[in-house]
Amino acid sequence: MPTLDDRSQSVSGSLTSGTNRKWIDSVYIGAITTMSLALMTLVLAIGCALLWQSMPAIKALGPGFVTGHEWDDATGKYGSAAFLSGTLYSSGIAILVSVPISICSAIFLAELAPKWIRLPITFLIELLAAIPSVVYGLWGIFVLIPLLRDKIMTPALASSTIGKIPILKSLLTGAGYGPSMLAAGLLLAIMITPFITAICRDILLAIPTMQRDAAAGLGTTQAETILKVVLPSAAPGLIGAVMLGFGRAFGETMAVTMVIGNMTPNTPDGRSVALFDPGYTIASAMANKFTEATPGIATAALIELGLVLFVTSMLINFFARSLVRLAARRIAA
Amino acid sequence: MTSLASTPVLFQRRVLNALFQALCGICAIIAIAVLGYVLWFLFRQGITYFKPSFFTRLPDNVNPALGGIKHSILGSVNILGIALSISIPIGILSGIYQAESNGKLCQIVRFLTDVLNGIPSIVVGLFIYAIWILPYAQKHPGQGYSGIAGGAALGIMMIPLVMRTTDEMLHLVPQSLWDASLALGTPRWRTMLFVVLPSARNGIVTGIMLALARVAGETAPLLFTVLGNEFLGPITGPVDALPLRLYKYATSSDPVQNAMAWSTALTLILIILILSILARFLTRAGKRS
Repeated sequence: MPTLDDRSQSVSGSLTSGTNRKWIDSVYIGAITTMSLALMTLVLAIGCALLWQSMPAIKALGPGFVTGHEWDDATGKYGSAAFLSGTLYSSGIAILVSVPISICSAIFLAELAPKWIRLPITFLIELLAAIPSVVYGLWGIFVLIPLLRDKIMTPALASSTIGKIPILKSLLTGAGYGPSMLAAGLLLAIMITPFITAICRDILLAIPTMQRDAAAGLGTTQAETILKVVLPSAAPGLIGAVMLGFGRAFGETMAVTMVIGNMTPNTPDGRSVALFDPGYTIASAMANKFTEATPGIATAALIELGLVLFVTSMLINFFARSLVRLAARRIAA
Repeated sequence: MTSLASTPVLFQRRVLNALFQALCGICAIIAIAVLGYVLWFLFRQGITYFKPSFFTRLPDNVNPALGGIKHSILGSVNILGIALSISIPIGILSGIYQAESNGKLCQIVRFLTDVLNGIPSIVVGLFIYAIWILPYAQKHPGQGYSGIAGGAALGIMMIPLVMRTTDEMLHLVPQSLWDASLALGTPRWRTMLFVVLPSARNGIVTGIMLALARVAGETAPLLFTVLGNEFLGPITGPVDALPLRLYKYATSSDPVQNAMAWSTALTLILIILILSILARFLTRAGKRS
């Protein structure tokens, strides 16, 4: 086992006279090592426990769990394909909307804003990130959904011109009664914007001033310095930040459950690109179907959903963190 | 001599520069405006039921408008207390380990806590459900949900946050302080307990309070663990919590409960805000002394 590094242990070792002190020291080191090992086991235990309790479903359903799109207690079919595509779709919308705004806000906070305005805005953005998702969900139900329904969905469905534009035709359609993919995507965008902004701002601030000064010395404008010097060297970190935001949106439960409608779209394969259609994400399906799940295979299938969420979010986070770390190393070098 | 500013290329570059700056400024304004919009609604709608009786009464079946959320507040306090008592020892001790060592195990633990930090909260709730509540419920149908299980789920979520701050705060303590203490022959545990930890104390407490503020609003892990309760229940059985109550009232079809959802949200936000501001205040006090 790797040992603790010796912070002047030789000195303390030779000066401590009584053996009892050494004894307490080894208890101390033992205690902190045990806690770290326990923490390590905990993470592994999460994966193992989910695997263990979802075994009945894995055995009974096999690959049908990932490929199927029906989730029906009556027929005993449990397929998660529609949930997975719903998760990707809502998180994708969130990323598309929030990334330009987050990166521009981060540039504003780190590079452009006058000093006196930076601190209060940074504080506000941290405050935004601290609002619980269930509160965003509440706002989504009573403010965002009526707004989208009255100002976007109803006019779009009534309009005759949208039906003629090729791509918009298939996007801006659907049930249109409020809870929808669009609402979930936009609410997620609002939630992850402060998160991505905060990380991007930190990354931009870590880029040495010397680079900016050198560019300015060559006569570039501020925009050129940022676009051609600062952003390229921050790029891996910014991509990592975006992926961390994606990971957030991917596993977000409460806010999405409250506004997405929790219904499989009425299409043969349970998938729909129509923004006004309701849908499901993996997490919202778990939260929603949990109360009605009967013991046995239905519960095991729900836990298998959790396992899918666990594994995918772990992969996303692993790549994102590696990118952020790579960026930090490149900046330091 | 022609002025440089009058050359068309430079003029174009200046215009692009101004446009870029404006774009970034507008994006920042949009981000802040949405926050303002959310918070404004929260205060405007939440103030309706925001009065003392709302916090001291239980839900009233006869006249719902006279009811309160006392049971949810008490439930949340209990659950958070359990979360604290789980995450503080594990988080601080493994944080100390991070600061004292730099071996391979240390890196693995750090990586795994990063992973733990990125796991969706609902998965943590499901984990407790899978190892604790489900096996129990298989023997005693319909039972097993408890405030303790919910506290454990939130505690697991707090551990990486507490560990991270402890590690960072201990690294801020000057190396000379460790060295001076060790050179006097003080054993490592005494150096840590009486020299290093006290000087990092404020920072660690701040970190714990911010971690508490972060999990105080978590709902998803509680769905599978504490279940919720319309009454005041013991911590060993299903209890209520503020975010759960908010979720139930928000998705209810009763307009009175919808209105109460806003007041519950306002209560929750104020608790989180007070925790964050206290934490900041503490850091500042620490810096001054």
